[in-house]
Amino acid sequence: MDLLAFAKGPALQVAAYIFVAGSIWRIVGIVLLKEKVDHSEPRKSGGLMAALKVIYTRSFTASPFKRATLYPKMLAYVQHLGLFAVIFLFVPHIMFFEGFLGFSWPGLPNNIIYLLGVAAVAASIALLVRRLTSPVLKLISNFDDYFSWFVTVLPLVTGLMIPVRMGFRYEDILAVHILSVVLLMLWFPFGKLGHAFLVFVTRGTTGMVFERRGAKT
Amino acid sequence: MTTVDGRHELDREAERLAYKPPEVRHDKQGDMPSEERINQAMHHFVKNFNTQTASYLDGCLHCGMCADACHFHVRTDDPRYTPIWKIELFKRTYKRQVGPFAFFYRLLGLKRHVSIEDLEEWQHLLYDSCTVCGRCSLVCPMGIDIAGLVSMARHGMFKAGLIPHELHEVAKTASETGSPLGITGDKFAERADWMGDEHDVEIPMNKEQADVLAVMSSIEINKYPESMAATAKILNAAGESWTFRTDGFEATNFGMLSGNPDWQKASTMKIIDAAVKIGAKTVVLPECGHAYMALRWMGANMYGKPLPFKVLHISEYMADALNTGKIKVKKVDKSVTYHDPCQVSRRGGATQAARDVIKHLGVDFREMEYGGDYNWCCGGGGGVVTIKRADPLRHRVFKLKMDQVEKTEADQLLSSCANCRQSFDDSQQHFNWDYTMGSLMEMVAENLEEVQS
Repeated sequence: MDLLAFAKGPALQVAAYIFVAGSIWRIVGIVLLKEKVDHSEPRKSGGLMAALKVIYTRSFTASPFKRATLYPKMLAYVQHLGLFAVIFLFVPHIMFFEGFLGFSWPGLPNNIIYLLGVAAVAASIALLVRRLTSPVLKLISNFDDYFSWFVTVLPLVTGLMIPVRMGFRYEDILAVHILSVVLLMLWFPFGKLGHAFLVFVTRGTTGMVFERRGAKT
Repeated sequence: MTTVDGRHELDREAERLAYKPPEVRHDKQGDMPSEERINQAMHHFVKNFNTQTASYLDGCLHCGMCADACHFHVRTDDPRYTPIWKIELFKRTYKRQVGPFAFFYRLLGLKRHVSIEDLEEWQHLLYDSCTVCGRCSLVCPMGIDIAGLVSMARHGMFKAGLIPHELHEVAKTASETGSPLGITGDKFAERADWMGDEHDVEIPMNKEQADVLAVMSSIEINKYPESMAATAKILNAAGESWTFRTDGFEATNFGMLSGNPDWQKASTMKIIDAAVKIGAKTVVLPECGHAYMALRWMGANMYGKPLPFKVLHISEYMADALNTGKIKVKKVDKSVTYHDPCQVSRRGGATQAARDVIKHLGVDFREMEYGGDYNWCCGGGGGVVTIKRADPLRHRVFKLKMDQVEKTEADQLLSSCANCRQSFDDSQQHFNWDYTMGSLMEMVAENLEEVQS
């Protein structure tokens, strides 16, 4: 079995199992803890609508904090939107998803995807520089922050290398790219990348708790 | 000779080569061995881990944006004051002991066990440098309520006997006497009597039946006793059947602030029991921020079921009484700015009430830049004002508040929290500042008009 066959076959399959099982384990591990019952008389109805409201509104920064957080927020937006476009709107990726989902959706032209990919890498590097230089971030960062950064940026970089080739065989670069995705999937459930699904839980919880108080969310 | 402009703070804390700042004092209660303190802290940290806290503790991105919302960090640039760092031990304990991958963290030694030195260091971060104001909770892109986590982390610190001495003392006094300042029921009744005579107002005490139970904070009883007369004038003017009770008069809750849920419950139950005994339909809380959080939002959870009465902050009561015409006020020819108590407005949801009252007073209202829900805290909430060693830091932080107030150029500064008022008074004296904090309730009481029936 050559490297590409290994990457596309058993490596990706095992990673997918661990990705799904680990993510479920993490969510279940949180959900199975005791639930806090609130007996206080609500000022407003909280519920699902409040959760959905904050899931949406917390994507934007409140005015008093805009100036102080503009730079990292801007970088985070470029990074996240770039990642989203590269993963879900790149035609070869859509074809890959179609292989097991059975349906597809329209993608973006490759050149735009490459541009967004480069922007996402650049934003990630700027975020890393910030993490390494800001006294606050230096203090609060740990292995998870740096390793999660690494496994996120690696597939972007290896993916961007595919059209450039740089003297490597297409099959080899593709194999390395897939293996970098395997690494990302293996780490995803265990570290901070889990925020991709936890964000709905944390924002939603705050939405429900504070909306029922009628407090600022 | 040199004179100092008292309006500007002297920066005595700037680093100098030959100057070594004194070490931070670590207070301890009891004589537990260190191992036992660690075990107690761990046990009581873990007791607070539920679905909500777990998702918060698991969801942090380490983006550091909360630092930009925290007055302690903004004024000092000390990274340790980053709100999420203040709960680092709590977070670490969750990941090591309870989280979905706790087994791996322990097995591989990925999260260090909390040490006694850690706990001692975090005493300063969890108490001296956090007012639980919750401004950080509003900036967090994950929506994590960091302030709520700080309150829970304090539970472990209290049980480990590792809280600031002064806060422990007032909390202990409150648990023994019912008041953090040791004011007994008799003393309270005596004060109420005196204020009634002084202000020529009837102050009902210990009525067997009443629709409204009014409670006060010891800060008011001791330092601002006119508040008692003001409360009486307003409730009398509204024609309420109301009373104070000597068996349930204290609204502050230092059990909550210090991190002892048992003492918190005991204080809360005194009010609940008194209200139930007289068949009260409403409990009116005084101008105190944390009292609102303790009874309005946490009281029923201490009781274990919904409260059989409504709970209103005095600003909510006044807003309702003015909006429905139960009381009326004369117009006041002044410009006014308003400091929002964090636990009433930002975290309590009653931001609009004070503004309704102010509107009725007809003043030239000058909202602070980013006032209301985004208001800078006075720096003394969460029990910080009681911690003497935290005074230099609190004063430093207060500069943000001074700037916010001064920019309005208002004639009068008002709030609806005696704890904030105390914190303002102290800082005013420290800085020789022009602004004196006033009480919204007292302004209403002074300007009551007779309602034509």
